[in-house]
Amino acid sequence: MSAGDPTALSTPWVRPSAVFLPRLDPLVIPIGALLGGLLAFSFFLVVLGKAPVDFFSLVYKAGFGTAFSWQNTLSRVAPLLLTALCVALPARLGLVVIGGEGAVVLGGLAAAVAGFALSGAPGAIGIPLMMLAAMLVGGLWIGAVGALRFKRGVNETISSLLMAYVAIALLNHLVESTFRDPASLNKPSTAPLDEALRVGSLFGMDVHWGFAAGIIACIVAWVLIERTTWGFAARIAGGNMRAAQIQGLPVGRLIIGFTAAGGACAGLAGFFEVAAVHGSANGSLISGYGYTGILIAFLARHNPLAIIPVAILLSGFEASSGLIQRRMDLPDATILVLEGFVFVAILVSETLYGRFRIFQPRAEAV
Amino acid sequence: MTQKNLSRRNLLKAGVATGAFAALATTPFRPALAADLTVGFIYVGPKDDFGYNQAHAEGAAAVKAMDGVTVVEEENVPETVAVQKSMESMINFDGAQLLFPTSFGYFDPHILAVAPKNPDVRFQHAGGLWSADKHPKNAGSYFGYIGLGQYLNGITAGHATKSKKIGFVAAKPIPQVLMNINAFLLGARAVDPAITCQVIFTGEWSLAVKEAEATNALADQGCDVITCHVDGPKVVVETAAGRGAYVCGYHANQSPLAPEKYLTGAEWNWAQVYTDMVETRKAGGTIPNFVRGGLSDGFVKMSPLGPAVSDAARNQFEAEKSEIMKGGFLIIKGPINDNKGNVIAPAGKAFAEDDIALESMNYLVEGVIGSVS
Amino acid sequence: MGDTDLGLWAVPLAMLGGAIRVSTPFLFVSLGECLTERSGRINLGLEGTLVFGAMSGYAVAYESGSAWIGVLAAAGAGTLFGLFHGWVCKLPRVNDIAIGIALMLLGMGLAFFFGKPYVQPQAPDLPAISFGWWSEISQVEAALQVNALFLIGIVLTVAMWWMFRFTRVGLIIRVVGDSTDAARSMGLNPNKVRLLATGAGGALAGVAGAYLSLYYPGSWNEGLSSGQGLMAVALVIFARWSPVNCFWAALLFGAAGALGPALQSVGFSSGYYLFYAIPYVLTLGLLIAMSSPNRAIESAPGELSITK
Repeated sequence: MSAGDPTALSTPWVRPSAVFLPRLDPLVIPIGALLGGLLAFSFFLVVLGKAPVDFFSLVYKAGFGTAFSWQNTLSRVAPLLLTALCVALPARLGLVVIGGEGAVVLGGLAAAVAGFALSGAPGAIGIPLMMLAAMLVGGLWIGAVGALRFKRGVNETISSLLMAYVAIALLNHLVESTFRDPASLNKPSTAPLDEALRVGSLFGMDVHWGFAAGIIACIVAWVLIERTTWGFAARIAGGNMRAAQIQGLPVGRLIIGFTAAGGACAGLAGFFEVAAVHGSANGSLISGYGYTGILIAFLARHNPLAIIPVAILLSGFEASSGLIQRRMDLPDATILVLEGFVFVAILVSETLYGRFRIFQPRAEAV
Repeated sequence: MTQKNLSRRNLLKAGVATGAFAALATTPFRPALAADLTVGFIYVGPKDDFGYNQAHAEGAAAVKAMDGVTVVEEENVPETVAVQKSMESMINFDGAQLLFPTSFGYFDPHILAVAPKNPDVRFQHAGGLWSADKHPKNAGSYFGYIGLGQYLNGITAGHATKSKKIGFVAAKPIPQVLMNINAFLLGARAVDPAITCQVIFTGEWSLAVKEAEATNALADQGCDVITCHVDGPKVVVETAAGRGAYVCGYHANQSPLAPEKYLTGAEWNWAQVYTDMVETRKAGGTIPNFVRGGLSDGFVKMSPLGPAVSDAARNQFEAEKSEIMKGGFLIIKGPINDNKGNVIAPAGKAFAEDDIALESMNYLVEGVIGSVS
Repeated sequence: MGDTDLGLWAVPLAMLGGAIRVSTPFLFVSLGECLTERSGRINLGLEGTLVFGAMSGYAVAYESGSAWIGVLAAAGAGTLFGLFHGWVCKLPRVNDIAIGIALMLLGMGLAFFFGKPYVQPQAPDLPAISFGWWSEISQVEAALQVNALFLIGIVLTVAMWWMFRFTRVGLIIRVVGDSTDAARSMGLNPNKVRLLATGAGGALAGVAGAYLSLYYPGSWNEGLSSGQGLMAVALVIFARWSPVNCFWAALLFGAAGALGPALQSVGFSSGYYLFYAIPYVLTLGLLIAMSSPNRAIESAPGELSITK
């Protein structure tokens, strides 16, 4: 039975060993699992006749070893922080939203269209409005997933996935018809943004402001979840939605609010892709950030602060992909395999939490 | 290419089996020889796709065989910030001095962002429109007039078709693709002006099931010669041949996939282009910023004619080809309308293969069944 | 026999042909998911299993020279993925949805990793049987080229319907899927049943992949699957966990997928991205129509996390 099951009833019981290790497990277990995943991957490499030491020294060098490597890593983090929040926020309510990609591409398109409408406006006015447009569209898109769940009982995992396909079709259609800039010859795109409406780099580094925005969004999300009544209510509803409803919690508003907030984050990721990287909206917005975000959110156990180190680690892996292709003669999919090993190891380690907790939330484990 | 990969992998396995942890001792940081020129190639898809990326990778393989040149490659690099970092990584870690980022979408904004920061590195981009007043001096664009290859494809198609309907599976309605569709039909109409060409857009550069469905839809419409412009033509070629249609290839030579049905194909000849550019750079010369070439310049070549090509077709093919080899071939000759009835060129007006206006083509000529939007 | 100008009739004919050609992977993967979900577990990772099945099926068919050995290999690889999923989900507190996503990633990663050398070679194709011999029209004949796996899929659909309805095994799976407690009280071992159901589901997803690489479109590359494995999860829900409905849903989805190119070929040439999105919109619409805020979807297995 899934941990995200909103109807399971809690049946607390005490396990004696739990008393000794209650505080360490949120740190020890994921790190142990990460190492376990890396170890399993090392065996995989050895079987293929590749040296794990070479591999990991290259990952370190290309991901974290030099100033360039850090910029390489951090410049990939921004969209991932925001798309991970699109999974982590609804997860507080026990919802599994996997269609953040749809909010990214439509948020990016909305930002580009707003930017076109705001041509000539100063950045101080235009940029916030573009951000707002992107967040609004992203929020509506994923908020609709929440609304469908609450109003009609439509499973959010499936509907968000289907809507992501629809969003991608809409983006492709609109950038190749209605919003196409005739001057965008072989790469159909919206009109390029004014220079004033573009987002620059962070303090002379080769990392754009989306990184800062992503960190801030993670902190805000953490405060929302951990320090506000909304977050508290959401956690209760996530534990048992029907009971929360009976207690009079505004479950509908919580579901729609948290999914919309997640969608707004993913929309913001689309805004930064357009305003800081591409300068217009086009098919390059469909680059799978929404799907990597799912991975990061689950690895971070839906804790917004944990998303930051996890996103940096994963970005470091991806930053090293090129050097590994070039130096070790391994295919580009190697990093995908590594991520798969780590992801499986960390999810399997979830089972260890029950061993150390005072309260085991689920009576029977399936 | 595949065979080499396989055997290299096996060799490595054998090496490990004999010398326990021999691999541990090898350093991954192999020092580049000081005198070497390091050249980087970046591909948007897999480099053995029987298509666009394979054509470039074959060019890279030719460069690899040159003396004093080290080649570094990366495949499946998306057109995002990832390609910027791939380029910089090749520069920072491998000392690459000449880069060939081969996908159209790599140019703006990615090469334009990275080139000014690395003035000593030369960025050579396939397909882009470099212009002196807008773009960095250490960037340049090159491309080939492969449309004429599709024109020659069309001549073989025009002779082979019985139904007088030929088909084209296209990715997106962009100038490079529209040029190929138009040229394919014009080649066929040079044989028989009654021929029409049905086009189906798949919307993606690589989408196997959709490409197969599009090919079947063309065959259902009675198209009996089919070609395509997608990144990897393997699926289209195999599906079309399976339906009994003749096929013309694109990007690379696909004749091994359908030896009986393959008429000919328009192929890139990047090996020559790349070795020339690398030679220029090694000799200390400057590669021109804007390079174009067609069949006569050796940028493009045709696959050997297949067994199904008739003698009449062969004669006309060779005759037109020798015309083209003279250079400056007039591909769009007035009077000609687009397929909505608008005049493209009145009588007496014509566009030569190297006319820059053709690089922003936004129409399908009369006789093509399909729409650009 | 020759090509006939079909005019607008090309569209329904293409949909018929498309239903037969495109639906088979959807059919197998949704039957597999149906079996798994009836036992009370969801496997969201079938996309990874399908892609790995496509690669391993193609590779083995190429190395062995027999497409059918390739199909068996794909089924075997799929079984391993399914059993692993089933084994991990047995552990307490492990989220079956998340593990599915992780295995999807791992399956695709491994398929791309090991599949590199097999992008170029040509493996033997699965045979097709011509049911259109009676027709004078070559397009009809082409549309009725039916692959053996499609026929096996039909047999499997009926067999699974029979199994759920009339056999003890079917009953056991249904009981386990509806209530773990009831199953335990009957002396059944729910974990074991789910393990086997997930393994069998994985095998079917592997075969779905082999169909893609060995028949239609019939070659292996990294862009081969366009989400067939993921969509199957949605198809099972709107098939209401009935194998027979899975069959119709797969046919419908295949036909809807053929609609886009067919419409272009008869002249509806603008907005093709939107035509291509029809299957997804259709599925979403049907899902919304079927769902209800107050109760689980009719005939949903009681223990299934995704519908509660």
